[in-house]
Amino acid sequence: MLLLEKNSLTEEIEELVNLMGHERSSLLPILQALQRKHKYISDFAQQEIARLLDIHPVEVYSVISFYAFLHSEPHGRNIVRLCQTITCDMAGKDAVAKAIERELGITFGQTTKDKRITLEYANCLGMCDQGPAMIVNDRVYTHLTPEKAVNILNEIK
Amino acid sequence: MESSKDNLRAPVSQKPHVIEKPKDTSGIGGMITVEINEKKITVPLGTTILEACNDNQIHIPTLCHHSDLCIAGVCRICVVEVEGMRTLQAACAFPITAPLKIKTSTPMVRKARRHILDLMLSEHYGECYSCFRNQNCELQALAKEYGVDEYTFGHVNTPRYEVDRSSASVIRDMNKCILCKRCVRTCIDLQEVGVLEAINRGHETHIGTFLDKPLADVICINCGQCINRCPTSALRANDPSDEIWAAIDDPTKHVVIQTAPSPRAGIGEEFGLEPGHSLTGEMNTALRRIGFDRVFDTNFTADLTIMEEGTELLNRLKKVIVDKDTTVKLPQFTSCSPGWVKFIEHFYPEYLDYLSTAKSPQQMFGAVIKTFYAQETGIDPKDIVSVALMPCSAKKFECNRPEMRDSGFKDVDYGLTTRELAKMIKEAGIYLPEMPKSHFDEPFGDASGAGLIFGATGGVMEAALRTVYELVTGREVPFTNLNIEPCRGFDGIKQASVLLENCKDEYSFLEGVEVKFIVAHGTANAKKVMELLRKGLLSDVHFVEIMACPGGCIGGGGQPIPTSEEIRKKRAEAIYAEDESLTLRKSHENPHVQYIYEKFLTEGPCSHKSHELLHTHYTKRGRFIA
Repeated sequence: MLLLEKNSLTEEIEELVNLMGHERSSLLPILQALQRKHKYISDFAQQEIARLLDIHPVEVYSVISFYAFLHSEPHGRNIVRLCQTITCDMAGKDAVAKAIERELGITFGQTTKDKRITLEYANCLGMCDQGPAMIVNDRVYTHLTPEKAVNILNEIK
Repeated sequence: MESSKDNLRAPVSQKPHVIEKPKDTSGIGGMITVEINEKKITVPLGTTILEACNDNQIHIPTLCHHSDLCIAGVCRICVVEVEGMRTLQAACAFPITAPLKIKTSTPMVRKARRHILDLMLSEHYGECYSCFRNQNCELQALAKEYGVDEYTFGHVNTPRYEVDRSSASVIRDMNKCILCKRCVRTCIDLQEVGVLEAINRGHETHIGTFLDKPLADVICINCGQCINRCPTSALRANDPSDEIWAAIDDPTKHVVIQTAPSPRAGIGEEFGLEPGHSLTGEMNTALRRIGFDRVFDTNFTADLTIMEEGTELLNRLKKVIVDKDTTVKLPQFTSCSPGWVKFIEHFYPEYLDYLSTAKSPQQMFGAVIKTFYAQETGIDPKDIVSVALMPCSAKKFECNRPEMRDSGFKDVDYGLTTRELAKMIKEAGIYLPEMPKSHFDEPFGDASGAGLIFGATGGVMEAALRTVYELVTGREVPFTNLNIEPCRGFDGIKQASVLLENCKDEYSFLEGVEVKFIVAHGTANAKKVMELLRKGLLSDVHFVEIMACPGGCIGGGGQPIPTSEEIRKKRAEAIYAEDESLTLRKSHENPHVQYIYEKFLTEGPCSHKSHELLHTHYTKRGRFIA
């Protein structure tokens, strides 16, 4: 990583820490803010957070690894998560999954070459009555069909 | 000062189980009567069910609970039935605040414990007879206690994790891990190094390092405290005994061993003795029978360390007081503990100038053996294999440091821990406590009691004061029987001072100076001292002793398992008792030390030659993990 990038990231984290507080309990809001902006939390960012909150880097990593919505590896600009839990599965998740994979040319867990989309499975989104469901960044889409899903993906920048 | 056990960094919301016990138990609400297994027991308010049972001969199995660590309540093996509660409760994490009715052995409790054990065993890879903790494993003992004779929930047949052998000191085998998190609590709470934490979630949980990097690539200080507290064999020291056997069996090699003071106070425990039995003479005989050509006493170089480090302190004091040299740093920190050295290199690299440049006794001996000893005996140093018996896992890392080759060869070839030597002795068919006693070999046959007490926290300070005070004033330290009591004991941070009066002419600049010193053990306490230094609050302190392990070397990461404060105290008592029994109790009076300064290091302590062989430099490592 370039030194310039590092410094700007440090500044950003310092700002977040000042905003959220220096306590240990501020860790999650800080991580969520970084995740929202950068789509992942780099190892440098993890160590800067640890330094500023006076905790150990491994504790930050432990929290990130615990939560499925926090990442320590680079991800695409948009994250698409398809619900894989049983009701969505019975409502036709498989057909939707195959359509998405074919459209994007990647399998689940991968990122498109242009870094536009990362495709993942998610566990229950709480939309069991409206399945199959998928979540694009923060927005939930329900009653998916393969066609509808492909259209949604094509609208993502 | 508060002990490191109270030093919990978790927020208050995460530790609801700890209730402070009332200071006055005589008043109303001070004591409380509970019924455990229909027996009435009166305990202070806030006592946990586990403590109440332990005090009343009721056995409750534990795995994640450890007397040195904070309460976790994660393994659930200690569950008991509490009347009125819907579910079973973890005895270790349940403070008694009401007159409860508790049952510790009901069908539900027994079945739950058996299931918990079966579930642990279903993910515990490996067989007991190919395990180094065989017969000293808490999981194995419980399996026996609860009559496990089959794997109810299956058993893993292939290893799930690769064994991490990257570190020179600590090997991590997560296939044996039962996720009790003792190592996590040791690393984060007890030592405040923070290398290990639980990674991932659910059945994918494992104990890992930052970004799951190998242990050698993160900021592990190699103290090995996690090894001492691991209930299974998930953590172990990097064992060099096969290489040492090979060297012993090679007739062209001259194999010498130096033995540190702490292993002799602890090794008896490996042979079933109670803690606190010193087996110095017996161990010497056993080592010769194993096949070591010479058996030396590290206390000799501990005496040498005192001469070098003490002289360095006097030099620093002179430069500060007389020459008004502002580049010279005070207080001077000891550098005997390799865990502490790596800790300061990682966490406080800007303060490395405060660290004494003197090598640790182990490395001094290594350099002396392959130069002075080789020269005296006419043995080619390339044929000498130098082994160091240490209570320490960090010594294995220390002897592999690239700067530790001042003799032209690797100064110390292998660091061996107390546990590994006990294994070698057993392998050789020797029952150690029955060995006849014998003495150390010449030319380093005698060492002082000052070198011996290096093993306990405060020992280096006490030994240094005995010598420095006498060098400066010409009189013995003004403490009864040379026992400098303020240095002793197990308080986390100890502080005291000695007034220098009627000094000799060459030290007149020290007249009336009150030498202030601090003794700290465990890196959590070291951190507190370093924060004081950072705030500029140690400007009037002259000398600081820091040992990385709680209790000093006697509680080192290579000592017999298990460990507790009680065991460490007994080992320390054994060392202090042996010191009192010796006639030679001051480092500068050691005739062999005087001889080496006459014959070899002719320019005296801290001279050019001693700097070449007996002093070292440090690396600014920093905290950043690339």
